[in-house]
Amino acid sequence: MRAVLMRLAGAVPTIFGVVVVTFLLTRVLPGDTATYFAGPAATAESIAQIKASLGLDQPLPVQFWRYLVALGHGDLGMSLTTGQPVLKELVTRLPASAELTLCGLFLAIGIALPLGVLAAVRQGSIIDHACRIISTAGVSLPVFFTGLLLVYVFYFVLGWAPAPLGRLDTFATPPRPLTGAFLIDSLAIGDFETFRATASQLALPAITLALFALAPIARITRASMLAVLGSEFIRTARASGLSGPKVVVTYALRNALLPVVTVLGMVFSFLLGANVLVEKVFAWPGIGSFAVEALIASDFAPVQGFVLTMAILYVLLNLGIDLLNRAIDPRARRAA
Amino acid sequence: MKRRTLIKTAAAAAALATPAVRRTAAQAPTRNETLIVVQEYGPNSMDMQGIGAAQPVNGVSLNCYDTLIRFKRIPFAEGIMTHDLKAYDPALATEWQVASDGMSCTFKLRKDAVFHSKRPVTAKDVKWSMDRAVTIGGFATTQMAAGSLEKPEQFVVVDDNTFRIDFVRRDKLTMPDLAVTIPMIYDSELAIANSNGDPLAKEFLKNNVAGSGAYKVESWKPGSETIYVRNDDWKCGPLPQLKRVITRDIPSPSTRRALIERGDADMSYGLPPKDFKDLAEGGKVRVAAVPVPNAIWYVAMNTVNPPFNDVRLRQAVAWAMPYEKIFNAALFGRGVPMWGGPETVQGTKWPFPFKYKTDMEKAKALASAATGGTTVNTTLIFDAGSATIAEPMAVLVQEALGQIGIKLEISKIPGANFRGELNKKTAPMVINRFGGWLDWPDYFFFWNYHGKNSIFNVSSYQNKEMDALIDGARFTTDETVYDTDVKGFLQMGMDQVPMVSICQPFHDVAMQKYMSGYTYWPCREPDFRFLVKGA
Repeated sequence: MRAVLMRLAGAVPTIFGVVVVTFLLTRVLPGDTATYFAGPAATAESIAQIKASLGLDQPLPVQFWRYLVALGHGDLGMSLTTGQPVLKELVTRLPASAELTLCGLFLAIGIALPLGVLAAVRQGSIIDHACRIISTAGVSLPVFFTGLLLVYVFYFVLGWAPAPLGRLDTFATPPRPLTGAFLIDSLAIGDFETFRATASQLALPAITLALFALAPIARITRASMLAVLGSEFIRTARASGLSGPKVVVTYALRNALLPVVTVLGMVFSFLLGANVLVEKVFAWPGIGSFAVEALIASDFAPVQGFVLTMAILYVLLNLGIDLLNRAIDPRARRAA
Repeated sequence: MKRRTLIKTAAAAAALATPAVRRTAAQAPTRNETLIVVQEYGPNSMDMQGIGAAQPVNGVSLNCYDTLIRFKRIPFAEGIMTHDLKAYDPALATEWQVASDGMSCTFKLRKDAVFHSKRPVTAKDVKWSMDRAVTIGGFATTQMAAGSLEKPEQFVVVDDNTFRIDFVRRDKLTMPDLAVTIPMIYDSELAIANSNGDPLAKEFLKNNVAGSGAYKVESWKPGSETIYVRNDDWKCGPLPQLKRVITRDIPSPSTRRALIERGDADMSYGLPPKDFKDLAEGGKVRVAAVPVPNAIWYVAMNTVNPPFNDVRLRQAVAWAMPYEKIFNAALFGRGVPMWGGPETVQGTKWPFPFKYKTDMEKAKALASAATGGTTVNTTLIFDAGSATIAEPMAVLVQEALGQIGIKLEISKIPGANFRGELNKKTAPMVINRFGGWLDWPDYFFFWNYHGKNSIFNVSSYQNKEMDALIDGARFTTDETVYDTDVKGFLQMGMDQVPMVSICQPFHDVAMQKYMSGYTYWPCREPDFRFLVKGA
């Protein structure tokens, strides 16, 4: 417990650094928010008016101080592109992104882990080659391409998948918000129809993400399994006459999991921010596309809010992974 | 064992992807009374007068608010209506009369009209709304000023049901300016009651509709969905057929196309021209193509700084432009060609085809006369937001001008910086599109060619003679003077070519064949009030 608190305290300077850097970066960018939002037919006076109302006419230190004070009150500012408070946007959008990313990640783990293990156990076999082909294809196909391809085949041609209209069909009503993740919320109130509708909307984007996340997980599982399978204690276990599955699952896999978990953390945080293109193709109201839209419009507040959220998420994620590693590997416990 | 889990996982994945249950809505409006529109992005506010309101907010104004008068709807093509800028239908005003001296107009308000709050619409609300439009600043105030609606003193409450506008000058744009999406009438009592001390209730109206229009906003999730429901108490027109309208924001154009082709959407807005061309030729859905009045795609050149301060070089560019190629490869034919016309201006219609066509010999002669045969290095910029059309166009222009000794460097400017770049007034060459709501040539020329040098005068064109002609045409009441002035500045614009006109774009909307009653308005947003969804 103390270790956790220490780690969290250690993250404070990092997050402050992120706040400073994003603030400066958004100000250094060449875009002119006021001119953009003054709209067509803007006169110099109306641009100046908007500048003043946004506080952009103040010197940078003043702007920064105001930003910090607002931040202290939990106010992340207003998004000009959607006209809503940034905090509200992030709170509604983060669960959408997280739900999609987690589904994609679990799907990827479900396929990549067994695939990597089998590829390592049967090195040089058909499965090993299949693993190589799938992971190469997974990384080399851009997500928007796989996304569009899946939409074309499963929605447009075959008609199996529902219309890519976002998180729910137009005629379905979202479940009462509890966690913000529709799958969990609908199950919580026992609404299986909404659960099904949500799952079917999720299927294609989650598969798209999974295809992309598959490669690093499968590759790292295979490599790490190979290293462990070649070590002395496995030979000893085999020599002692332990059964094949027992050796592979209990002894080899557990020891091989450490790097896999670390990679999983990275893949997750990467997917969460980088699935912008999947969000665009499937009209998913996530945070990635929100941040990119804001950046294009030089809308500072959402960009700052997004980076800050990601930084906090990253800190928490790293903490979680460390804790998980400790659970898996007794040595990690001692080292800390 | 493991293999089995693998198979199970795969089976579960497949099960997720199997057909979704098509839900039949249990609520009252059936699928047939519900319209599904897909668009790139939705409104960022509910208040069209507010600062920073994006293009789709016009749709909120159109459907949820009423104006005093509406433009008259006139048929355009099968299932498509457009409007007449010079004839009006009653909306909140049932009759109106311009005074004999032509310096004011009195409006009689509809007696039975009520706001969504059930409160009757009064002249006080009209005055509050007009005052707000001319004082709020930003686009709303600029648009009002375009019709010589400038200050609150012009708006007079005569009695509860009578309202008068005093004109500051005779301006033919005053009446049409009252029918656009800016001077809509707010429920002033509701707005003030929720204003938290702000006399214009900006924050409240940004997030809430306080109007009398045909639709109410049932739910608004910025960036993903807006749902409208019919206001059964609407008095300013026949009760709309559509009870419920769902507009979804679908950022990817490929997805929007797939949705309309599969029949999951009734209307699809804002596809790339290539997709509209395919859809129009495919014949499965109807593409409502209306040439955007008063709008052109153009290539502008900075007339103040070298190299294009030399009119011969500008003309050389106009003769070198690969018009056909641009029209086919960048616009996919979705527009009206604006090149290859006669030498002299024929009428007062704008836009009209300029006299230039691709003629490399003429272009080379003019270019070498201007440059003495040396190579000119310069830059061409365009807005990254319109890259679908502007990018291939830029490449074609670059290739063509290379042949007459002008070496172009292409620079794609992100949306937020583009206006800033235009405001600097230094870009040597710009590809852009301009459209004015009010379809008069003098209106277009005022913004794009006048010495007042607005942001849209991209070429910074300065010419006293031109200014005099534009100003003359704007405020004259004499038909013949108007004719001569307009012909004068059109000819001058063509000869001096600060901007080379390429084509008048279509406003394309894809819709299912069972849709009818589509109306094209200056703001270009969909109007649900007259749309009918057939079987």
